[in-house]
Amino acid sequence: MADFPILSVMMLVPLLAAVACLLVEAKAARQIALVATLIDLALGILLWVNYDIGGAQWQFQENVPLFAGFSWALGIDGIALMLIMLSVFLMPICILASAAIEKRVGEYMAAFLLMETLMIGVFAAQDLFLFYIMFEAGLIPMYLIIGIWGGADRIYASYKFFLYTLIGSVLMLIAMLWMVNEAGTTDIPTLMEYNFAPEVQTWLWLAFFASFAVKMPMWPVHTWLPDAHVQAPTAGSVILAGVLLKMGGYGFIRFSLPMFPEASAQFAWLVFALSMVAVVYTSLVALVQNDMKKLIAYSSVAHMAIVTIGLFAFNPQGLEGAMVVMLSHGLVSGALFLCVGVIYDRLHTREIDRYGGLSINMPYYALFFMLFTMASIGLPGTSGFVGEFLSLAGIYQVSSWVALVCTTGIILGAAYMLYLYRRVAFGEQKNADAAAMPDLNRREWFLMAPIAAVVLWMGVYPESFLAPMRADIAVLDARIARAKPASDAQLTAGKPKPATATEHAAHGEAH
Amino acid sequence: MDPILFIVFLPLLAAIVAGLGNRMLGNFAAKLVTTGALFASCLLSWPIFLAFMGGTAEAHVVPVLQWVQSGSLSFDWALRVDTLTAVMLVVITTVSALVHLYSWGYMDEDPDQPRFFAYLSLFTFAMLMLVTADNLVQMFFGWEGVGLASYLLIGFWFRKPSASAAAIKAFVVNRVGDLGFMLGIFGTFLVFNTVSIPEILAAAPGMEGSTIGFLGYRWDTMTILCILLFIGAMGKSAQLGLHTWLPDAMEGPTPVSALIHAATMVTAGVFMVCRLSPMFEASPIALDIVTYVGAATCFFAATVGLTQWDIKRVIAYSTCSQLGYMFFAAGVGAYGAAMFHLFTHAFFKALLFLGAGSVIHAMHHEQDMRYYGALRKHIPLTFWAMMAGTLAITGVGVYWLHAGFAGFHSKDAILEVAFASGKESGMFAFWVGVTAALMTSFYSWRLMFLTFFGKARWAGSEHIQHAVHDDHHGHDDHAHGHAHGDDGTAGYHPHESPLVMLVPLGVLTLGAVFAGWVFTGSFISSADFWGGSIFYNEHLMHAMHEVPLWVKLSATAVMLVGLFGAWYAYIRNPGFPAKVVAQIDVLYRFVYNKWYFDELYNFLFVRPAFWIGDKFWKLGDIGIIDRFGPNGAAWTVLQGTRLAQKVQSGYLYSYALVMLLGLTAAITWMMVR
Repeated sequence: MADFPILSVMMLVPLLAAVACLLVEAKAARQIALVATLIDLALGILLWVNYDIGGAQWQFQENVPLFAGFSWALGIDGIALMLIMLSVFLMPICILASAAIEKRVGEYMAAFLLMETLMIGVFAAQDLFLFYIMFEAGLIPMYLIIGIWGGADRIYASYKFFLYTLIGSVLMLIAMLWMVNEAGTTDIPTLMEYNFAPEVQTWLWLAFFASFAVKMPMWPVHTWLPDAHVQAPTAGSVILAGVLLKMGGYGFIRFSLPMFPEASAQFAWLVFALSMVAVVYTSLVALVQNDMKKLIAYSSVAHMAIVTIGLFAFNPQGLEGAMVVMLSHGLVSGALFLCVGVIYDRLHTREIDRYGGLSINMPYYALFFMLFTMASIGLPGTSGFVGEFLSLAGIYQVSSWVALVCTTGIILGAAYMLYLYRRVAFGEQKNADAAAMPDLNRREWFLMAPIAAVVLWMGVYPESFLAPMRADIAVLDARIARAKPASDAQLTAGKPKPATATEHAAHGEAH
Repeated sequence: MDPILFIVFLPLLAAIVAGLGNRMLGNFAAKLVTTGALFASCLLSWPIFLAFMGGTAEAHVVPVLQWVQSGSLSFDWALRVDTLTAVMLVVITTVSALVHLYSWGYMDEDPDQPRFFAYLSLFTFAMLMLVTADNLVQMFFGWEGVGLASYLLIGFWFRKPSASAAAIKAFVVNRVGDLGFMLGIFGTFLVFNTVSIPEILAAAPGMEGSTIGFLGYRWDTMTILCILLFIGAMGKSAQLGLHTWLPDAMEGPTPVSALIHAATMVTAGVFMVCRLSPMFEASPIALDIVTYVGAATCFFAATVGLTQWDIKRVIAYSTCSQLGYMFFAAGVGAYGAAMFHLFTHAFFKALLFLGAGSVIHAMHHEQDMRYYGALRKHIPLTFWAMMAGTLAITGVGVYWLHAGFAGFHSKDAILEVAFASGKESGMFAFWVGVTAALMTSFYSWRLMFLTFFGKARWAGSEHIQHAVHDDHHGHDDHAHGHAHGDDGTAGYHPHESPLVMLVPLGVLTLGAVFAGWVFTGSFISSADFWGGSIFYNEHLMHAMHEVPLWVKLSATAVMLVGLFGAWYAYIRNPGFPAKVVAQIDVLYRFVYNKWYFDELYNFLFVRPAFWIGDKFWKLGDIGIIDRFGPNGAAWTVLQGTRLAQKVQSGYLYSYALVMLLGLTAAITWMMVR
């Protein structure tokens, strides 16, 4: 493994397949895309197996200087590994979920494959500008997917998507240029240990925040997400929710926190305030939606708020919790969008009221939908719980107010998800066409079952996912410890009453 | 392998097999697998319990799998077995096995049997995980797992809108309690740096007098932690304020009501307080709160129980009320008595529910007691089982003989210990408890008299009419469409339930008759029995035996008064209740409408949530953010550039252009530097 440039290969495979897809007709394009993404999944598993937990912080490093200090520098730590795994795991499922696409199939597959290359690039890049290119370019295929293969209002949605992300990224680019000039390097690991002056950090942090907050998305720059999701084809929604939203969180954990710890602490109140608003606000908005995809999109905003509070809790529970929420949300909301896609393919509507009583004619579908609903609600035993619990446990150590407000998400989340489930799967079969829909076919089983298995795995034995990240989280925790905010608990020591203590002891002996 | 592994995981295995196998497996196989697993669990549980009773068993923990480790926060899957667990094990597995068996008969005509049995077994697994938890998070896992199963089973007949509404209500209201539970766990971790229950309990007494900041105020540390955890217990155990889901949960099939909403799940809150008793002992204020909440619930639910007509709702409110007894027993420090009442209550309340199910089965799904009457002769075995349950819940017994039905031993112990505690809250609970005991006796006998005595009033029931008139209904053994007499029967002939339903009734009858008498010595008077698994207050238990005679006789006295009252109002002078109701019309409607809690919550929470959500969406997102954000920008941009015919590619180009410019700028910067 030592000299095999596995990360480059993982980026190259989908890229070549993308080119191939443009040249062949539809059926072959589907097959090429599926095979390429499966190869990448296999490579990803190889990567995970060969990742040395407890070894060097950065592994599988590659570095080819290109020009002007700009280099093809790749390498991953455990955090990046997990996000790459998420990407390569979801990709074949997305390809498989695109059976209903009939327009310009080759280009569609090429867009997805290109996106896979770029997503892996984002998480593997070790050069600041390489990261920037991947980070921004990754949006172009998404933008095309929404704009070409999307629903009726796709133009407006892709415009909104574009506008929001553009503004953020311009500011981030300026900040990056300044940083490179100041630190004299584009190497991300070096920059992660570089100490910028606190007053400069403020501006740099805000510039990065503009980009990451949009990607996250945080309230109030979230309104592009519901539209993008609603208009995107099913697989587009899966990747958007599954991986693209994770780029914001990854940005915080890779750049904002380690590079600007003081500024992060300084602005923690802002992050908390926006997150608290997001949890309550978007949950309530989710409650009144009539469009399934919009409902799940709004729930994503609420879940991402749990990520941001975890990240800015400045402790290992919060950081690890945030990472697990990201992974879990990638799986669960991806799966929920697939669930919507399954019935959308049959009835061509996302309107909740057009369904009802699906438990009767689609029992296995109802079972999977229930599992993912419960995972979204954060039922212990599913992936949703572990991250949410750790994140909230982390924030509680900083502020009980933030913890209280964000924990109300477990009530509101249950309300809107179960209300959705009730209207779709319970009740009478009031619509004849919905009642006639057949249960999952074999292809759809292949979409649902793997995600369901991982959701339960992550819920019951999350150690598999936590272990690779542990050392990196610890490094980050140590790095930001100097800026750690004070807890609002300020626990005082107990005053044990000796008399009572001995009395208890006497009782103990008497038994 | 330790038997506890089989006890806990057999039901899970059975649930998976029956649930996934479903129609491939067929009804019979699914029933056999799940019921077999539960009887196996039950047979393995009793020896453990008896070993703890005999003092030959040691508390131990069986590790299963690592769960989460994050910084200093770590918790594993593990099964803890001690006396407290053993008590719960026998309660859960026994009632669950019997309910499984009973459901063979009760659910016989249901097309979805594998799903039903899978849910029942899944519930049992989650409940067992709850009671074997060695850390707070696994307890929370079980807590939520039973919540899920309860949700699924309440909504089992999901075609009925009322059932799916009740299911959501149960889950969401429980989540309100869970908010407290979760914050309690976070706080406990913050204070003790662990979520391991034994470690917390060992350290808890040392935290007396410590203070902590919470929501901007300084609190006594143990008080705030206990209050938060207790909020969780209130949700699960349907205590006043968070009780509204329990009566609605009666939408589920009756065996579910017996297992989940009477015998096991709803007692999880009591179990939690007992499990964490050393924590609660470190905070007198929290204990007082537990006492007052328990007493208030006890009283409230009993009043509502007096007025309901639906047989299941009467028993549901009765359950709510009995849970109040358990809580105030715990609140005054008598955890043994609380657990004892939990234990006996499980048997007699499951019996009452299954008996009610048998009545409902016989009466063709009619649940309104106004259309019952005179059933004693038609379903005599059910009648005698219900009679045993009623004698148990009302606490019939003879003080001088120290012998009586199950409730006599446990409820009297609770009242005595409340009196003996000498605390203000204890005295309050005692008087409330005595009052509630009077009402318990009245509504229990009211139920018996309305159902089994008097004249048949079946003709008024739509269900019965439907059964009688529908020749093709397949209920030939129930209904014969012959002459409509004036005897009020509408020509309907209720039949006794099949054997699979009567056997569980018989076994539970034994429990209702003997559970109190046999086990009172262990539960109430033996610190050795508990072996340190709960906080055992020797002093209080001695004081309990020293209370004045009138205290000891008070429960029996009010029981007789209630019996007499019910007899007078429903047998001797059946016109009497209507007259009383007319006299106290406003009060009656207030109580009959469950003190208007549902209306209040709808007004305060449910409708505002939808209204605010709508406003946030339409005014916040669309009206403000979009209007001044992207749409405003679009307007500005479009004024300048009207180039974009093919808009998507137009934006793509501009996007690529900006990127290119950005990169050029970056590279130029690098080169000139």
